[in-house]
Amino acid sequence: MSSSPSAAQPARPGEEPNHSRRFGLTWLIATLIATPLVVVLLGPSLPPGNGSEQASGQVTDNTVLLAMATPVLLLVVIYLIYAIIFFRQPKGAALEGPAIRGDARLQTTWIVITSALVLSLAGYGSVRLLADNGAGSGSGPSPLTVPSGPKLPVQVIAQQWAFTYRYPTYGGVETPHLVLPVNQMVELHVTSLDVVHSFWAYQLGVKADANPQVDNIAFVKPTRLQTFEVRCSELCGIWHGEMFDHGRVVTPLAFKAWISEQQTKYAAATKVLPPYSRTYQPEPTRRGG
Amino acid sequence: MFARKLLVVTLAVAALGVAIGLYVADWATSFPKEVSATPAPASSAGASLTLETVAAAGKQVSPQHPDWVSYLVRTGGRWVRSTDFTVPAHSVVHVTIYQFDSPTGLRNPFLSQVQGTIGSTATIDGKTVNAINPEEASHTFAVPELGIFVPLPGVPEEAKHPCEEGPCELGLDHRTISFSFRTGAKGRYHWQCFVPCGAGFYFGNGGPMQTLGYMDGFINVV
Repeated sequence: MSSSPSAAQPARPGEEPNHSRRFGLTWLIATLIATPLVVVLLGPSLPPGNGSEQASGQVTDNTVLLAMATPVLLLVVIYLIYAIIFFRQPKGAALEGPAIRGDARLQTTWIVITSALVLSLAGYGSVRLLADNGAGSGSGPSPLTVPSGPKLPVQVIAQQWAFTYRYPTYGGVETPHLVLPVNQMVELHVTSLDVVHSFWAYQLGVKADANPQVDNIAFVKPTRLQTFEVRCSELCGIWHGEMFDHGRVVTPLAFKAWISEQQTKYAAATKVLPPYSRTYQPEPTRRGG
Repeated sequence: MFARKLLVVTLAVAALGVAIGLYVADWATSFPKEVSATPAPASSAGASLTLETVAAAGKQVSPQHPDWVSYLVRTGGRWVRSTDFTVPAHSVVHVTIYQFDSPTGLRNPFLSQVQGTIGSTATIDGKTVNAINPEEASHTFAVPELGIFVPLPGVPEEAKHPCEEGPCELGLDHRTISFSFRTGAKGRYHWQCFVPCGAGFYFGNGGPMQTLGYMDGFINVV
């Protein structure tokens, strides 16, 4: 309690610099420099890459989010640093700053800016989802928008603990491998035979829940030859962590050869498969309680 | 007074933490022991695994869950409950499964086709087949990462001498399934049954289907 009175004295208004202007200017300059740098340097390397039109769209979306988040981050960080430097309590002082009660301008500014940010992101997200036909996500059995032109339907069937894939336009053949032709719009019909799973083809930017008795549709157009990972992203039991696989994107010619090979290889299984359906109610279930 | 209360609470929390830790450690280390495949007879190079599937494991090999469906493995002249098998890399593994359980049926009929074995076939009761009726399946032996799927047909419901409890003697009604597969590089692969055979559990997928040592385990390729 022996602090010197001079150290604890607040500066007189006349001596105080205009913190708002100084801080605002610092933030503005930092934002004008950092935001383009973030977009140009970080943007292209954001996930999930450019394995499909949908994945590329997600990279764009992530870049937009990052660009909008950068000024907010800078606001917080610069204010923190500014406060540490300029609003530091003098050594030995134990005075509180003056209480601020009610500042309509500050409150209004805060509410307007945060509301504008959130609403603009909501608007952007909604537009992107509609414009990009679900943007690689599962859109339920009746998607709001459907891409025009020919589509290759592929059914993704999840069960504990493996994915299998059925190609209805190729005799309904089912195979444990997912192979897709490049530059072809694919209509994925994701369903489950037992519990809730989730089909996640990371490099293609596709993620769709696999629910029993639900046909969850997702659209994807692979744009380059590649191998991609397939994982279950819904905790589904003891072997959830083993429920992964690799898919391939091949040329249309290679796809034709591959699907023909699958039809021959799995002819015996195809004979006993139920007719292609958007969902299945497997029987029997008598062993279950 | 406050210090005393704090001490009591701290000790209670610590005791609870230790108890939980011990329980988890016990659970994590109670995995059935690893069983190595035996060398195959000189006439067929490689290694052999002899298994049986039983509708109820029995008190002898599964005191905790005697009524759970289970795989058993033959080692040292007796049947033990383990699903952690070790096989040699880059070799042929001959598997014989004595199947004593009744049919349940496959949720996905696609798995009724034999896949990933040598010749893409299996021998069932002496007959070579590449698929079975999916409704007759009782279990499967499947190693998804190696592309191996073998459906195991069930003993007909009207069998006169069914095995009630494991280990089952070969004199009782059963099906004999044999097949061979080639191993590749070293690795640890999970294997499982794809038939929802956990009687009494939701859609048959609980209990022995979700517990190591019954209807799933590991193939250690060494």
